[in-house]
Amino acid sequence: MAEVLVYVDHVDGAVRKPTLELLTLARRIGEPVAVALGNGAADTAAALAEHGAVKVLTHEAAEYADYLVVPKVDALQAAAEAVSPAAVLVPSSAEGKEIAARLALRLGSGVITDAVDLEAGDQGPVATQSVFAAAFTTKSRVSKGTPVITVKPNSAAVEPAPAAGAVEALSVSFSAAATGTKVTARTPRESTGRPELTEAAIVVSGGRGVNGEENFAIIEALADSLGAAVGASRAAVDAGWYPHTNQVGQTGKSVSPQLYIASGISGAIQHRAGMQTSKTIVAINKDAEAPIFDLVDYGVVGDLFDVVPQLTEEVKSRKG
Amino acid sequence: MSLRIVVTVKYVPDATGDRHFADDLTVDRDDVDGLLSELDEYAVEQALQISENSDDDVEITVLTVGPEDAKDALRKALSMGADKAIHVEDDDLHGTDAIGTSLVLAKAVEKAGYDLVISGMASTDGTMGVVPALLAERLGVPQVTLLSEVSVDGGTVKGRRDGDTATEQLEASLPAVVSVTDQSGEARYPSFKGIMAAKKKPVESWDLSDLDIDEDEVGLENAWTAVDSATERPARTAGTIVKDEGEGGKQLAAFLAERKFV
Repeated sequence: MAEVLVYVDHVDGAVRKPTLELLTLARRIGEPVAVALGNGAADTAAALAEHGAVKVLTHEAAEYADYLVVPKVDALQAAAEAVSPAAVLVPSSAEGKEIAARLALRLGSGVITDAVDLEAGDQGPVATQSVFAAAFTTKSRVSKGTPVITVKPNSAAVEPAPAAGAVEALSVSFSAAATGTKVTARTPRESTGRPELTEAAIVVSGGRGVNGEENFAIIEALADSLGAAVGASRAAVDAGWYPHTNQVGQTGKSVSPQLYIASGISGAIQHRAGMQTSKTIVAINKDAEAPIFDLVDYGVVGDLFDVVPQLTEEVKSRKG
Repeated sequence: MSLRIVVTVKYVPDATGDRHFADDLTVDRDDVDGLLSELDEYAVEQALQISENSDDDVEITVLTVGPEDAKDALRKALSMGADKAIHVEDDDLHGTDAIGTSLVLAKAVEKAGYDLVISGMASTDGTMGVVPALLAERLGVPQVTLLSEVSVDGGTVKGRRDGDTATEQLEASLPAVVSVTDQSGEARYPSFKGIMAAKKKPVESWDLSDLDIDEDEVGLENAWTAVDSATERPARTAGTIVKDEGEGGKQLAAFLAERKFV
């Protein structure tokens, strides 16, 4: 059976959830071979084996943390040349897309980004994408070379599928370009204790209607009652009320949770682009004409300062 | 010293318009007004700021690959303050994908001459966000991308990249390819004077033969990817909308409970 390379996104050996989702998709195409790089690479093996990786290729070197993107491209290229895979799958983070694109160019291949589903096809893997602010769904494939495809978080379920997960050292020689862009400082983002925005099952977002940084506390309180991540519209981020890392929309994160709750968000195309594929959508807005109500499964026309705290209390009491 | 900046821009269908696909599954450009991609305005803005903060002689060239109408995007960038423009236009380019576009841009950037390429973080139509990385790979120069802050000092470019898990400070020697995010600073509006001046600024037109690119290296037929189908997403079924009469939060909680979220 053909092998499929899966690039592992991990933090010091802790595998992030989108990589486990990729293993689910990779098994539809062939046998997953994971590639884990940098500090803690070998520590990823147990989690990867549990979810279907037949092999885990690892390489640790300071270059992966000290220089931008290219060392990882060098390693993935070495893995692709060693394995001759049927496809290479990479999580669709900003960095993942850059790695995938450069790798595709080196392999003489095409690249597809931001797939939301993947299936085997007669002419290679078929990727489903959601385009034009999720107004259209396309099916595409790579028509030249080894398909390189990045997949968005929440595109597949994480499924246990125990496999050997044999750890093998990957041999990598870095290119001259590898040390081109130096990372001179790195400040890890402080953990909020909440789920990662793109990975969360529930997202609670606030917009212009939240009307101030201090008022985001009621959005956070609702999020915490549901175990949700917190998002913000561009209007709220531009006003300085919430960090850009939490922005949902075309220039921020694109999310596809089971439940999306929009509070005080009108639903401009910019925002819809980032949340329209959510399974269940709920909105609270004062303006009955707000376009967000065209998308909702349930909407409340009302003042979010009344509705949201009442909802939070009710959720808490129902959860006991 | 002088610094040659090339800003790559894209002419895109207006995101607030009714965007759809043509029969050959490329982006339909006929029925929706086009404009300079909003995210490329940030790239033009940062080029202008680098120029204004520099003691060197800075020349800003704005470059696009696209159909005849794409000149509008160049004109907008010129009216913001760029010095000159290059329009790569050729019928054989129709349907070219990201890998092919990066080839055309790389050849054009090399022909134009550059110390620094600045791009937006992504286009607002394709939204892949990979062209700056591809361009760096093709040109064999450092990739300093997704910057929320950028500065050039002598032969070095520095910037701040806000990633998913960390904020990074980056540094590379010129020549280099930079991309900037919408957090890099509000783009200026063209002044009346700028709009008038733009009419007199030079716009060069190049085709594939000017760039020594064969027609079988680009275009829909030769793309590295193929779109097999595009389907309009079904409209979401109309949901329940209630007016808050004092129980809105509780009603919403009941809905969430019914859907098993609580």
